[in-house]
Amino acid sequence: MATQSSSPSLFQGDLVRTAIRESFVKLNPAILIKNPVMFTVEVGTLIMVLVTIYIGVSGDQTQGSLGYNITITLILLLTLLFANFAEAIAEARGKAQAESLRKTRQETPAKVIRAVGNMYTNEVQTISSAQLKKGDVFLCEPGDIIPSDGEIIEGLATIDESAITGESAPVIREAGGDKSSVTGGTKVLSDRIKVQVTTQPGESFLDKMIALVEGASRQKTPNEIALTILLAGFTLIFIIVCVALKPFADYANTPITIAALISLFVCLIPTTIGGLLSAIGIAGMDRALRANVIAKSGRAVETAGDIDTLLLDKTGTITIGNRKATNFYPAPGVKQADMVRIAALSSLADETPEGKSIVELAGADVTRHLNTTGSKLIKFTAETRSSGIDLVTGERIRKGATDSIRNIVERVGNHFPAETDAKAKEIAANGGTPLVVTENEEVKGVVELQDIIKPGIAERFDRLRKMGVKTVMVTGDNPLTAKFIAEKAGVDDFIAEAKPEDKMQYIRHEQTGGKLVAMMGDGTNDAPALAQADVGVAMNSGTQAAKEAGNMVDLDNDPTKLIEVVEIGKQLLITRGTLTTFSIANDVAKYFAIVPALFITSIPALQAINIMRLHSAESAILSAVIFNAIIIPMLIPLALRGVEYKPIGASALLRQNLLLYGVGGVIAPFIGIKLIDLVIGLFV
Amino acid sequence: MFSEWTGIAVMYGLTVLLAIPLGKFIANVFADKPNLLDFMRPIERLIYRLGGVDETQEMSWKASLLALLTINAVWLIYAFVLLLVQGSLPLNPDGNPSMTPDLAFNTAISFLVNCDLQHYSGESGATYLTQLGVFNFLMFVSAATGIAALMLIVRSFLPKSVDTVGNFYVYFVKAITRILLPLSLVLSLVLVFNGTPASFDGKDSVVTMQGDTVGVSRGPAAAMIGIKHIGTNGGGYFGANSAHPLENPNYLTNMAEMVAQVIIPIAMIFALGFLINRKKFALMIYGVMTIGVLMLLVPTLISELHGNPAIARMGVAQPTGAMEGKEVRFGPVASGYWSILTTVISTGSVNSMHDSSMPVSGMMQLLGMMTGAFYGGCGVGILNFYYFLIIAVFISGLMVGRTPEFFGRKVEAREIKIASIVALVSTLLVKGGTALAAWLFVNYPEAAWTVKPSAWLNNPGYHGFSEMLYEFTSANANNGSGFEGLGDNNFFWNYATGIVLLLGRFLPIIGPVAIAGLLARKKYVPESSGTLPTDNGTFGLMVFAVIMIITALSFFPALTLGPLAEYFSLK
Repeated sequence: MATQSSSPSLFQGDLVRTAIRESFVKLNPAILIKNPVMFTVEVGTLIMVLVTIYIGVSGDQTQGSLGYNITITLILLLTLLFANFAEAIAEARGKAQAESLRKTRQETPAKVIRAVGNMYTNEVQTISSAQLKKGDVFLCEPGDIIPSDGEIIEGLATIDESAITGESAPVIREAGGDKSSVTGGTKVLSDRIKVQVTTQPGESFLDKMIALVEGASRQKTPNEIALTILLAGFTLIFIIVCVALKPFADYANTPITIAALISLFVCLIPTTIGGLLSAIGIAGMDRALRANVIAKSGRAVETAGDIDTLLLDKTGTITIGNRKATNFYPAPGVKQADMVRIAALSSLADETPEGKSIVELAGADVTRHLNTTGSKLIKFTAETRSSGIDLVTGERIRKGATDSIRNIVERVGNHFPAETDAKAKEIAANGGTPLVVTENEEVKGVVELQDIIKPGIAERFDRLRKMGVKTVMVTGDNPLTAKFIAEKAGVDDFIAEAKPEDKMQYIRHEQTGGKLVAMMGDGTNDAPALAQADVGVAMNSGTQAAKEAGNMVDLDNDPTKLIEVVEIGKQLLITRGTLTTFSIANDVAKYFAIVPALFITSIPALQAINIMRLHSAESAILSAVIFNAIIIPMLIPLALRGVEYKPIGASALLRQNLLLYGVGGVIAPFIGIKLIDLVIGLFV
Repeated sequence: MFSEWTGIAVMYGLTVLLAIPLGKFIANVFADKPNLLDFMRPIERLIYRLGGVDETQEMSWKASLLALLTINAVWLIYAFVLLLVQGSLPLNPDGNPSMTPDLAFNTAISFLVNCDLQHYSGESGATYLTQLGVFNFLMFVSAATGIAALMLIVRSFLPKSVDTVGNFYVYFVKAITRILLPLSLVLSLVLVFNGTPASFDGKDSVVTMQGDTVGVSRGPAAAMIGIKHIGTNGGGYFGANSAHPLENPNYLTNMAEMVAQVIIPIAMIFALGFLINRKKFALMIYGVMTIGVLMLLVPTLISELHGNPAIARMGVAQPTGAMEGKEVRFGPVASGYWSILTTVISTGSVNSMHDSSMPVSGMMQLLGMMTGAFYGGCGVGILNFYYFLIIAVFISGLMVGRTPEFFGRKVEAREIKIASIVALVSTLLVKGGTALAAWLFVNYPEAAWTVKPSAWLNNPGYHGFSEMLYEFTSANANNGSGFEGLGDNNFFWNYATGIVLLLGRFLPIIGPVAIAGLLARKKYVPESSGTLPTDNGTFGLMVFAVIMIITALSFFPALTLGPLAEYFSLK
């Protein structure tokens, strides 16, 4: 979990200022009409403004006092502003998060190579990164900041990506393979590469993400649309209820003021959820971004919550990417102790986890006597795929993959023993990795490295199972090893000796059964499967093709991120559901506040329904409207953080949320309205 | 008192006991499994042949709805014309007149939509021909329409994505030949043996104990009263409905009629469970509906037994409870039980005068019709329940963190739109209608109609408001019972309720069938442990909460001004 997610306080000063400004801008009816619930509040507010002006001008008191009408108008306006503020603050936070990522790619000089005919010469011209266009090729040398997203077309380099991922260990990127993609803002540490720009300026994933957070290109997700329709339905029902109330009141010889009717209406329509709905959606995207996942659409985040099947690569997800040494197998005629000593020597200066694990396995008794003073370290490079040490005594010790060692050994005319070769194959067949060690180009034996299952991964799979998500391990290992690891890690199924098309086939198979499938991938050959999956998360280190095909990009290149994404999706839906329930449950108390207030003068017996004992009709109406307004800002933190998802089974979760937000939603406004009424009572 | 309580306990127990095997039987009928009534097959074949129906043909939900609406339109015209000219047609021994156009409009619609709101009195307003040829006929086909409509949604519960919903005509014919006809035959026989008339003779004359000569209406009543209850129709042969001694002679017939009107609505729940092989789901529906009924029934019985406080204040003891408008042979318990059951289901026959019920009982009767989903009418009760289910599934699906799905199908914008419209229309019809009536009453009391708005209400004030509210609620719920203090046989009420009846009947059929048709076509997603189970108590609670909240929020102000204001003023 290398998330660098900083969680700043919900309301930072500068963000709040932007949001307050935006809440006024959003009063524009052309913007507000997208939210039918709040739009009707705006219409109500306008009517109240007219009524207030009329009273002010004519002095007519049949609609209540001027002060009362002004107060109601202001509270309605405040209700609108609060709802706008919720959306604005969510936008501001999302934008701030995206901007902070974008800062890593501020103006940097780019060494552009201009093509001469069809040839790229090495004539370099330095321009600003902002001037780079898609298709341009630039050169990067050690120490350079990569000016733009792109694909390496020539060369290989180690790159420090900590600016984006927070991970300090450098990574290798090279032309041609699945690791050919580089990200703007990262730094080249060694070697030189030629990179082709893959995106137009302003169209990178981050730019798209920022646009999604901003109102302009944000599209409502299907689920959000359905909920908006339901809320609009409720709003229409309450329009009918309130309009019909007028003739009802006439029948009962009760004059009802416009202020009271509009207050009743605004209280009844689901303003709480209506006001927070878009904030919830934006916050969902924002939470994904905080987990360093760039979602290309809100829909993708939402779909993630529905995932039934999760395809996970074994390496890096289920097992620790680095394997551990478990056995030393000496070559024929080599003593065990010698072989161990040589293996330990080869790894003494090796800082990789594999190297350290070899030293560890050799034991302190062996390593204590080793002396490497004055020797020369041979570092691992992507090209030689071996490393080692040249001792002062002249011994050349190497360790590496079977193939590369065979090259070294056979180049000098030595023989690679068949027994060692067989052993290496056997290790590989059991899911391990063989490392061959040599001394002076003679094979001394083979070290077995084995997969280590990540601590705590079994619990995570258990959690997923409780969510109803089936986990599938994808591995290149043979079926036996795969089964062994699958059982140990607790995944539900596995694909062994997986080729890219196997993933595709598996996804298709699950989808025909009606399941939603998520997968993570990085290579170009993953692209079709990423596109086929309902949620495809491409690693940022992956190829451009993979990133285009998926609907999310993980900046951390962390394969376990899918689990977080699923939870973010679920949280998003739960927050919508619970706040809808809360909003509608609130109406019960509001009815008990306002309806008796409307009729109490003409039907004194209805005092019996005034169970809150609110002290006057006007204060009852005011209390209800004030409660209705302030509940919105009070729930903003919940809307932005999201209601927590607990994998306790759907029914238990429903019971819990129904109790908290349904029953709580019925009770809370009784208390709130009564308290506000008590406070108003002090002033009136 | 004990025997009164035992009486209703036995009535309810017997209903459920019979409904379970009946449910199994109905499931077998519609699943084409061998059943008792397979001997009806040749008759059905003949009907299909005569009607040009290919019984193997599969229909889409749209085609089925079109078929449903078309044949209903034909019956409407047929009924309207017959009622307009009944006075000059045969089988009219008492020489009753033809109906006025507005009354014929209202009556034809009313029987077509299984409501049987009666703005006429059977003794003087109808002939034997129209009693049989219009009312009795429409009682069968309207009930069968409801049952067939319910069958149209069954496939949306099955774990296979399909484009067709079955054959509407086959469902419709089988509902008559195998369910309605045999059951109503049994009930009619019970009634005949207890004294209900079944003849074509005209009025009989009787000399009362006071020495007056009274003409007692007769006619082919028993046949109609059978299907009136079995098909949750409720239209009385006589004006006083099942409070009339010839329509409901004694406690035994009262019991039989009571059991008969609830049995199909309850049996349909179990039938659905058997048909989709999900008994737990059926139990959930039954549980929610039963709790709903109990919550309406208990306050009613308490307030009826408690008697009228206004009478108590006059120093009159009421040892048997509130007796105004009740038949002594039934008493307040059996009458209260009947009044709630007949309003939750769409029968609307009465064995006491609802106008005289205590305010709390009146409110419970209103609520029973406003929800329309506790047992409900033949077939349509579950259809009404269905759109509440969809809304409940949507909200609770969100609450457990999955995009909502119902029986493996995603519930999306279109389904929610339809469910919202259905909920909306029912509020609009009831509140809009009542508001219009109240507005006319206040602003145009002297409008030049045969019955002036100022003369509509027998009781001014809160109760008068309840009378108007009840009339529109009853029309929208296709119930047909009334607060009879309302002067309803006139231009405004005949047309206004006629329109409400039509919309209140067909929109709640079209809506759920359309939702189910859309869902049935969708990709089926098998359930996982993340899916919300819809067949347990938790979800039942959710559905119940949705029904109560939507009903309460829609109607609270109206109920406050009517029964609640009356209750608190009377107290």
